[in-house]
Order: sequence, then structure tokens, then C-alpha cells
Amino acid sequence: MSNLTDLTITQAITGLDNKDFTAVELAQSHIDAMAENKSLNAYITETPDIALRQAEASDKRRASGDAGALDGIPLAIKDLFCTNGVQTTAASRILDGFTPQYESTVTQKLFDAGSVMLGKTNLDEFAMGSSNTTSYYGNVINPWKRDSDNRDLTPGGSSGGSAAAVAARICMGATGTDTGGSIRQPAAFCGITGMKPTYGRCSRWGTIAFASSLDQAGTFARTVEDNALLLRTMSGHDPKDSTSANKDVPDFLAALDDNIKGKTIGIPKEYNIDGTPKEISELWQRGREWLENAGAKTIEVSLPHTQYALATYYVIAPAEASSNLARYDGVRYGHRAPEDDLTDMYEITRAEGFGEEVKRRIMIGTYSLSSGYYDAYYIKAQKVRRLISEDFMKAFEQCDAILTPTAPSAAFAIGDNEDDPIKMYLNDVFTVPASLAGLPGISVPAGLDANGLPLGLQIIGRPWDEENVLKIAGVIEKIANFTAIPKSVIKEAA
Amino acid sequence: MAKLVKGETGDWEIVIGMEIHAQVILESKLFSGAPTKFGAAPNTQVSLVDAAMPGMLPVLNEKCVEQAVRTGLGINSKINTYSVFARKNYFYPDLPQGYQISQFEDPIVGEGEIEIDLPDGSVKIIGITRLHLEQDAGKSVHDQHPKKTYVDLNRSGCALMEIVSEPDIRSPEEAIAYLSKIRMILRYLGTCDGNMDEGSMRADVNISMRRPGEELGTRAEIKNVNSLKAVGQAIDYEAVRQVEILEDGGEVVQETRLWDPVKLETRSMRSKEDAHDYRYFPDPDLLPLKFEQSWVDEIKQTLPELPDQKKHRFTGDFGLSRYDANVLISERSRADYFEAVAAGRDAKLAANWVINELLGILNKNNKTLEQSPISAEQLGGLIALISDDTISGKIAKDVFAEMFTSGKDANAIVEEKGLKQVTDTGAIEAMIDDVIAANPDNVAKYQGGKDKLFGFFVGQVMKKSQGKANPAVVNNILKEKLGE
Repeated sequence: MSNLTDLTITQAITGLDNKDFTAVELAQSHIDAMAENKSLNAYITETPDIALRQAEASDKRRASGDAGALDGIPLAIKDLFCTNGVQTTAASRILDGFTPQYESTVTQKLFDAGSVMLGKTNLDEFAMGSSNTTSYYGNVINPWKRDSDNRDLTPGGSSGGSAAAVAARICMGATGTDTGGSIRQPAAFCGITGMKPTYGRCSRWGTIAFASSLDQAGTFARTVEDNALLLRTMSGHDPKDSTSANKDVPDFLAALDDNIKGKTIGIPKEYNIDGTPKEISELWQRGREWLENAGAKTIEVSLPHTQYALATYYVIAPAEASSNLARYDGVRYGHRAPEDDLTDMYEITRAEGFGEEVKRRIMIGTYSLSSGYYDAYYIKAQKVRRLISEDFMKAFEQCDAILTPTAPSAAFAIGDNEDDPIKMYLNDVFTVPASLAGLPGISVPAGLDANGLPLGLQIIGRPWDEENVLKIAGVIEKIANFTAIPKSVIKEAA
Repeated sequence: MAKLVKGETGDWEIVIGMEIHAQVILESKLFSGAPTKFGAAPNTQVSLVDAAMPGMLPVLNEKCVEQAVRTGLGINSKINTYSVFARKNYFYPDLPQGYQISQFEDPIVGEGEIEIDLPDGSVKIIGITRLHLEQDAGKSVHDQHPKKTYVDLNRSGCALMEIVSEPDIRSPEEAIAYLSKIRMILRYLGTCDGNMDEGSMRADVNISMRRPGEELGTRAEIKNVNSLKAVGQAIDYEAVRQVEILEDGGEVVQETRLWDPVKLETRSMRSKEDAHDYRYFPDPDLLPLKFEQSWVDEIKQTLPELPDQKKHRFTGDFGLSRYDANVLISERSRADYFEAVAAGRDAKLAANWVINELLGILNKNNKTLEQSPISAEQLGGLIALISDDTISGKIAKDVFAEMFTSGKDANAIVEEKGLKQVTDTGAIEAMIDDVIAANPDNVAKYQGGKDKLFGFFVGQVMKKSQGKANPAVVNNILKEKLGE
């Protein structure tokens, strides 16, 4: 029954409805696949018992005609979402062993719709990273390999575990969070589709905070349609999150009608960055042609402040993080160094509990909020952030959505870029601007590079216009007809 | 009533500004739904948000905003319809988030002013700089274990209003009057119970010294000043300490000092060099707070009459002295009681009875006004009997004492004991005739010029009537008869 893991969510729902298989069988086939793929280190905590119990309950619901929208669908949950009674770590030693007594709004909505939890996926510590190498629980390995060598590649980050799990067919879909590209970049690296909705679309309640004004939950799946299905369930206003928008959730699935005639797609000229590999530029150009062939008009647009986006992001996100992570002090929960002196306890707890990248960002953030530097860094960054938002709003006067590459490279080898944080931060160059502006964005796999690694294209939409983003992504998906899957997965299927 | 401090080299002026922290009266906390009951068992009034569990988010309690706006209106200050919550970052075990959500650059209430009443009867205006909303911290408990500190988070996240004054205060008396007036206003408004001993109202006092009229000096901030008495003591102590430093040619250090209510001294807590860099920035979990001016106007309609308005009405409409008015308005319940007694009656007489008799006897019996066995209606009834000459003022005091012990109405006591004043001139004349007949010697002496003996005759008549004879009638008839 191993081929059950190859199904899309939509196909699986049909199969369950048709009684081709049960939710328990579907869960079990994924649990088996997880056992075979442990080496990917995609999960921090696997919850097969919970999955089987939930699947059993799901089968009963379906039998009595009470099935929810995602009933019986096995999902992976990024280990940044608090799950009631299941360890939640943010991939940090400081939360090792922490078990929340509450359920995040997003996961609650997924479970209310009947989905089944396979486990909690690995990530960069506190979602800080682009390679999933900063996790206390070790790095995740991308199921893809280069044609030319057998080196382990990064799945991207920070939601690397979720992306790798979806690509490796050890879950049907997964939750992620995206602060500066943490869904879109790993989706591109792993050859799957990942969607970050508009800031405020999904509740942040119960999701461990990295940078509050940027963090947004989103989805991973192998098709645009599956993403739409997951996102429809996860979205909605939550009175427990003051920044969650009180807006109706449209039927994202209904938007997927492939009709983009009359739409105008903007191509931002500032995204032609020196050093971008030729095949990525060419893929971008191809995407433009695909959309034109499907009846859309494409125009060049300008986002003049793009060059400041990364610098702006790396002031704002660490500033918020430095304050958000202050609660991990060893006093109430999580890791505590057994020191008698209060200051020693704080310092050693946090020195032991946080990894290098998290410490780096706490220090950057603390510095930029310090008196004497606040105006020069934080205030200035906020001003630039506004300008970046205004760039997009002006562009959206001319176009309905924007097409860009998702990342400036394909998946790189584990260990590469580690010596230079700035080089690592450049991974987010195409995704960060939309994050700063709070815009919805999606990455769709659109081709392979010369080494046989997947590359993604990104669609960025107007605020609250996930429908057009999904619709356009659906068109690219159809025309690109990306059918490649990692060789390791093919081997197992055989 | 600026009080100058005499130094060896001349006079010094004390310059004081105050920051008052007032816990908002509310069922739940500023950003969580947890209850706020005082005195509950440790860590029983704590939500996931108050304990800063991972992923928890603050949601502003709108009732808090209303309380802050009410208070802002009550202290005659500008209400800002746009304000911003900011994080004040520092580490402490009773601060679970590692930051306090407060307001920094854009507070909910801006500038204003209040009147304070000084012991010499004068009135002074003190400027208000701002009022902002913020979270309270929890409590560190150091005395439960020889080496360990325990943390009680019941207070963590409770709503506080910080009211900051301009440096307009010039003496301990003014500081006490200011704190008292703020407390009185908050209690009238029902926005803070003002209980300093329970910690629901706390004051930090900023003090500096200067030569009269010169530039402001360097200030020290005194914390832990938790009673009106301590405010006076701390200022007196600190003024002397600073003058000594200045006159020795030294410089006052800008620092935070702690008031020790046992040793009666201030001690250095931390200097400016060790001062925290709080790294304030707007809280990204909360949107800026915006509301309509029309909502503020609606709240304004619901404000009670405030102490100063009452005071002006009591002195103006009722003709009370400023002193009496101040005594009566000091608590809203007291003013309400007085007004109920005075309704339709002689207000001055009512004020006298409330202040001198009722408050006196309550005080002697350790009772509050709320525990008074005599209701305002009952006291009003007694005053009506005095006003219509049913009983004399002297008899009234006896009736009052009886009311206090029995709780009975004045009327009933007067009826029961037959205390009605005798105004029947015939009956009084008969008694006077008896007294004159019984004291021929004294009559002769009086008529011989010993005027002072008039009192003797009045006394004899009153005694004969068992105190019930109307004194005015007795006087008139006696004068007539003795004058013959």
C-alpha cells in the first residue's frame, strides 16, 4: 500500500470517500514511510500512536457521514506550533522537553477538520535560518540529490523539516511558518508548493514567536490545490490574536479556475540581481512566457527599495526576536542551569539553551534597540519598511500580481554558506520584501537546474488576494507540469 | 506654601515630581482574562498569557481603556485618541515575558492639571504630564526559604495607570496633598481603590534641590514610598541629605533610591550608570490603540461630580466653610451621606452634625461611615427636630447618643422619653414663678445689679423642666419677670 503516500490530499479524500482505503491504512502507510526515512531527520517528534488513534476516529466519522474537510489526512506540524500534550521545542535546547497544555489555533482548526498528526517537524532553531542547520536536533536532509554528486543537501529553512517531509512522501501536507521566506524557500528547494498567506490571515496564537510583525503560518503540499485546501482550513479571525484580521475567508479552492485572461503580471526589474544563476533567470523568463500564453499580460514594474529589504529585515526581525525570546529565562519552564545566583542562572541557562544563530540575532536585536542606536537602526528600518510596502502598493496599481524567482539558487550542500551569515541571509533576497509588506506569496516548483535540482517561481499578490495568487500559481503548475520527484522516493516506490 | 530648607549657605527650594502607580479596578487583567482578586492563594489568578507561555499573545481589555479615559477626564487631562503600547525590556523573575507592556512615546492621556488644597487653606495647581497604561509585574517572595526566591504571578499582568506630575510640587505638605487629591479623584471615579497598604496605589517621588528661582538640580528617584506619612518623611530626609551634599560642594547623583520605612532613610538602589536600558519599542503583538472622540464624550457624560466640583458647590450653594467642605468631600460616601442629611434642611447645621458629632463618635468607636448605626435619613430626622424647635440642641445630643446605641429614629426616642421641648408660655411662666418665689435673696441681688445671676435662674428653670423648656422662651419671660 506504499503508493498511498504518493496521493495528493485531494486524491486521498476521494479515495477515503470511495472506501478505496481507510484513514488508518493511510496513516499507517505514512508511518511506515517515516520509519524508512528517519535518516532525513525531518521530524523532531513522531506521533504514530496519536496518528492511528485520530485515523480510527476519522474512519468512524466518515462512516457516520460526519467527515470534515480534511478528515483522515495525515499532516506534519512544524515544531513551532504548540500542540496540547505533545512536546513542542522550536528546535531549541531551551524548550527541550517542553509540553504545552494548549493547542495553537492553527493546529486546532486542522484537527477540528479531521486531520491526523504524524508528528512535529524539524526547523531552524526558533525559525531562524535558511538551511535547517541551526536545529538543536540536528539538520534535516533534503530528499533531493544532485545528479553529479551524492552530497547531502539542505532542504532550506526554516521550515525545512516540513518541506522535506512533504517532498519525501512522509506526510501529505504540512504546516510551516514564514517570517522572511521560511515556507517559500524550502518549498523551492524541495520541489513542492508552499504558501504564505497575508499577514493576519492565520492566527499566531499558540505559535512560538520569532518576529511578531512578520511571522505568518502557511502551508506545504505537493499541489496548489492541496495548499488551497489546507489554507482554507487554517485561516480565519482569532480574537486571541490582536493582529489577526477580522475578514471572511474566501473559498480558495473556488479560485482555481485557471482563468487568468486579462490579468496583468508585474515583473520587478530590481529582482535581476547580479550573480543570479542563468538557469534561474531563464526559468523566470519562461514563467513570464507561460503566463502570457495563458492569456495574461506581463509588464515590467519597479520596486525601487528592494535593495534595502534584507538590511531592513535583519534589523526588524532580530529586534523583535530579542524581546520575544526574553521569556526563555529558565524561571518557569524549559532548560534551566542549576545556578544559585540569579544572574548566573540567566546567563548560563541562555548560553546553554540557545544556539549560535539565535544568540547572534538576539545580540543584533538588542543592539539595534539600545538607546543611542534605536533611531539609527530600528526607526530607520521601520521607515524603509513602509517605503517597501508603498513600492508594492504602487506596483499593484499597474498589475494584479508579481512574478519572481523564489530563491537565488537551488538547494545547496549542508555546510555551505555556514561560514558567512550574510551569504546565508542572501537566500531570502526574493522572499523578504513581500514579508516586510505582509503580502501573500507562493512558491511553485517550475523546473530543474542542470544538476537535476528543483527550482521555484514565486507569485506575490495584493493584501488579502490569496485567490489570485493561488489561481496564477495553478496556471504555472499546470503549464510547468513539474513531475520530477526525488530519486530516493522513486526507489522506494519501485 | 513652598517650604524652603535652611542650609548653612542660604535657602534651598525642594522641587518634587511624582509618579503614581494606580491599579485599575477591574475584574480581569490588562491583556488577559485572568481574575484580579487581591489576597488569593499564590499563582491562582494566572492565565497562560500572564505566565508568558510560548506562543501566548496579549489582547487588550477594553474596559481598561475606559477606566484610563475616565481617569484622564477626572484629572482634567487631554485624552489621546491614538496611543501605542510599547515593550519595556528587562529581566526579572517576577516579569515572565522579559518585558513589561507599557506606553512610552504615545500615552493614552496627555497633559492636564489638578487643584490641591493645602493645610493653610490655600489652593495650588499641579500640572499632570501624562497618564499611561501598563502591566504590573508579579511578586518575588524572599522569606519562604533560606536560599530560594519564590514567585507569585497573581499580580502579573494586572492593569496599572501611571500618573506622572510636572515638577510643580515644592514641599512635603504639597506632595501629600497631591497624592491625597489624586487618590480622592480615583476613588470618586471608581477607577482605583487607592489602598496604599495593599499596594494598589504606589508612589515614586522625584526630588531635587535648587536655590530659589534657579535652574533645576539633579534629581533622585525615591521608590517604595507606600503611605502618605512615608511621602512626607522621605521628602524631609532626602531634602536634608541633598542639601548636605550640595553645601559640602558635592554633586547629587542621579539615581534610584529606596525608602526604608523602618530606619527612616533612603538608600541607593542603582545609579544612572547601572540604569537599565529598557529598549522600548512598539509592541508588535498589539495594534495602535485608536478610538473616537465621541466615545470619550460619552464617557464624560457618565462621570460623577468630582471632589473639586463638589467642594465649590458646598462652599457656594450651601455656604459651608472651605474647611468643612474639604472634610466632607474627602470621601465620596461621606459627601453623599452629608447631602442626604442636608437635603431640604439646614445645610450648615447638617455639616456640623456630620463632622462634629457623627464622625467624632464613629472615630471613637472605630467604625467607618458605612458601619454607622445612624443612617443619613435618621440623622436628617434629628436635625429636622432641632430646626422646628421640637427639641433643643442640648437634648438633641442625648437623643443622638441614644440613636447611636439603639439605632432608633430620633422621633421615636423623643416620643418615648417625652423629650419634646416645652414652648407653652403658661407652663414656663408657672415654673419661673416657682423659681423666683423660692429664691428671694438671689432675686434681690440680681435686681441690685448682679447681672451674672441671670444664668442661675435659667439653670433653675431648665432643671425644673428637665431640660425640655425652650431656652429662648425661658430667657424672654425671665427677663420680663425679673425686670419688674
